[in-house]
Amino acid sequence: MIPVIPIRSVSQKDRSHVGGKGFALAMMARNRMNVPDAACIGEEAYREYVTATGLRERILLELHRKDFGDMRWEELWDAGLRIRNMFLNTPIPPALLAALRHPIEAGFQNRAVVVRSSAPGEDSAKASFAGVHESYVNIRGSEAILEHVRLVWASLWSDAALLYRRELGLDVEKSTMAVVVQEIIAGDQSGVAFGRNPNDDSQAVIEAVYGLNQGLVDGTVEPDRWILNRKTGEVVSHTPAHRQKAMVTSVEGVKLKSLPPAKSEAPPLDEKKIKEVYDLAMRAERLFGLPQDVEWTFTEDMLYALQSRPITTKLEDDSGDKRPWYRSLRRSFENLQALRTKIEKELIPAMIEEAKGLASQDLTRLSVSELADEITRRSGIYEKWVDMYWREFIPFAHGARLFGQVYNDVMRPSDPFEFMNLLAATQMESLERNRMLEKMASMIRANPALAEGLTNPQVEPDEGFRNTLNEFIAKFGDLFRGVAQSGQQQEAISKLLLEMASRSPQEEHGRPKEIEALKKDFLSRFKGEQRAQAIEMLELGRASYRLRDDDNIHLGRIEGQMLAAVNEGRRRVRDRYPDEADHLDKDAVIAALQDPHYIPQKRAPGERDPEGYRVKARQLVGQPAGPGIARGRARVIMDPSDLLDFKAHEILVCDAVDPNMTFVVPLAAGIVERRGGMLIHGAIIAREYGLPCVTGVPDATSLIRTGDQLSVDGYLGIVILG
Amino acid sequence: MDKTELEKAIKDLLASQQLAVLATQGGGQPYASLVAFAATDDLKHLVFATTRTTRKFANIAEEARVALLVDNRANQDSDFHNAIAVTAMGIAREVNDGKREHFLKLYLTKHPHLQDFVMSPTCALLNVMVDRYYMVSRFQNVMEFHVDE
Repeated sequence: MIPVIPIRSVSQKDRSHVGGKGFALAMMARNRMNVPDAACIGEEAYREYVTATGLRERILLELHRKDFGDMRWEELWDAGLRIRNMFLNTPIPPALLAALRHPIEAGFQNRAVVVRSSAPGEDSAKASFAGVHESYVNIRGSEAILEHVRLVWASLWSDAALLYRRELGLDVEKSTMAVVVQEIIAGDQSGVAFGRNPNDDSQAVIEAVYGLNQGLVDGTVEPDRWILNRKTGEVVSHTPAHRQKAMVTSVEGVKLKSLPPAKSEAPPLDEKKIKEVYDLAMRAERLFGLPQDVEWTFTEDMLYALQSRPITTKLEDDSGDKRPWYRSLRRSFENLQALRTKIEKELIPAMIEEAKGLASQDLTRLSVSELADEITRRSGIYEKWVDMYWREFIPFAHGARLFGQVYNDVMRPSDPFEFMNLLAATQMESLERNRMLEKMASMIRANPALAEGLTNPQVEPDEGFRNTLNEFIAKFGDLFRGVAQSGQQQEAISKLLLEMASRSPQEEHGRPKEIEALKKDFLSRFKGEQRAQAIEMLELGRASYRLRDDDNIHLGRIEGQMLAAVNEGRRRVRDRYPDEADHLDKDAVIAALQDPHYIPQKRAPGERDPEGYRVKARQLVGQPAGPGIARGRARVIMDPSDLLDFKAHEILVCDAVDPNMTFVVPLAAGIVERRGGMLIHGAIIAREYGLPCVTGVPDATSLIRTGDQLSVDGYLGIVILG
Repeated sequence: MDKTELEKAIKDLLASQQLAVLATQGGGQPYASLVAFAATDDLKHLVFATTRTTRKFANIAEEARVALLVDNRANQDSDFHNAIAVTAMGIAREVNDGKREHFLKLYLTKHPHLQDFVMSPTCALLNVMVDRYYMVSRFQNVMEFHVDE
């Protein structure tokens, strides 16, 4: 095996070894097109690496924890992060390292390079997806280059690649990755050219920015756009960009720089250069026989082709395909900063205002028909915010991921989710609520007479306690609306407090010293400008993590107000349907309020297995979302009202921990959740309390029953029954 | 087949196989499970790992005597004349002492992909001190091999 092949020595027989990008570059070089000096690391090197290190089986184990079809996007991201961390922590074995190092050193010495992915088969005209695999810009020296080769290898299993595995033909058993190491061209103007406009066969398209084209490719820098006549190369139209920044090389990697006025006022390409780029695209098309998507750059007016691949046809039917939306979640730091401001300054205050406005309305004074309208109105308001939640809040959650990746890159921790400890040191609404509950529970513990006051209305409660309780109800009482019927929230809170008082006091898991040490260690890896960036990145990660939880609480308040109206409706119709009223859903309540002769549908009797069912789960596999081991009885939450029966030291088992549930978390010994992910509400709150937590257990709520003896292994992500 | 040949045949088989069938018992009820194992060079020890919540771990806590079966069958007719099976009998104990490092290295060299599993605080590393091996070959040829003290 020759692990490294100089680009000019690549021949037809190497095609499957050097990958699509590498082979296309070699073809262009051979045909005297202007391409940067490069070398290909054949896919054999990847195979040798994952085989010799045992990584192949570790990856397969990770990806086979669960059926792909059952994996949520968040879980794909988690899997991608875990796999990436395996690559980060697995050095290239000495023999392979020696074979790679020498030709890289000889070929590039100390010249800066781009390390690009070159997946075999990627040059086919089937759908390919830019940015699914990683490229690293401005890397210098054989050691750093080989480090980044590992990261490119790892990106074979990035979350985006896993998401598009079918289209990419990503075969978990067989897939492999070649790498192109290419001398960097510090371009003055760069961009892409499409030999044929995917939307109009008669046109070609050129997009251009100042500086490197990384800014264009990852969407941080808006390009100027020219539509050309595909036959003649004549400019049909030009859409100028709002030119502000350019991506340029920095000491290490790349950075965004503001453009001087002279440049921001002039388009990056003049007519002559547009023609040159057009000619390049056409030349590539003649060479490869298909219209090409060419990345190019000008340096000192010399045009280079950086890569070329066939223009991919659109997926046949991408309506209803939510993956592009998911991919849009990968946002740049700048984009996330702007989103943060919008959420903190605009959206959250508006949500608080909305909930307050709703709470101030006295539902008991509405007529029956007014109440029906009010339920409809509140449900509309809630829907509006749910929509907002998906559009603005969920994308912001990517801030925590962005930080996680930066953290893992510099720290290479053995636990790929160690970064979450650093994010957790932050004030969250749900913790504030639980702290107040804990405070009242400890008052009851110290003074048992208070318990008497909670259960017996005849007893006049202690004033200090009464005040704390009132303060709590004013602040968080609306969160209990979904759990209990109207007028019964206080009873529900009393029940919860008594249960909390019955067990020993508990504290959340904040370990400020350790966290401070982690932070110090992390920041010590950066200097100067980079250090300031790292601090900002951490800030953003923390805001993202905190908001991921707080937004739930705020949304929960609005939902609570909608449910309050539904519950009021149920109360009004209870005389008519004494048995069913509490179980009528929103639409049935509205119908019953509007129509005095409405007959609700009989509830289907709860499905019960015949006695002595024969299939029983013994050990279930999920994701390790909170380290630790817990043992206790299961409390399966099928309906919010089940929460009221929660006993101290039980294990919370549910479909998805939602914010209106987390008040029982301080009582729980562990958490098991059907919904998967590391950065979801349940996992975050479990980490805060140091509770063992396993998420992503398919069918958790049907395979586990209330009362089952459970062990939750939060290290390995397994749940053991019996 | 002399002692050296038998020892070599057993060693070769153990080296060639990843998995063993582990037999334990609880309340008199035998229980069989598959485990990834590694053997020491002197054949005195067989090492495997399990989480502490498993049935096999509970069984071993109750009754330390275990048997392991390792074989090279290929699920073909030819197995009847061709396959070799080795049964090991011995006492299983969790390794917590100074030997852990040594056994862990032995185990992870053979099964590097089990690193995350073995390193979990909930996972136990177990060592079977082997008393004797039985090797079955040529369908019904059975040889017994005692491990020296």
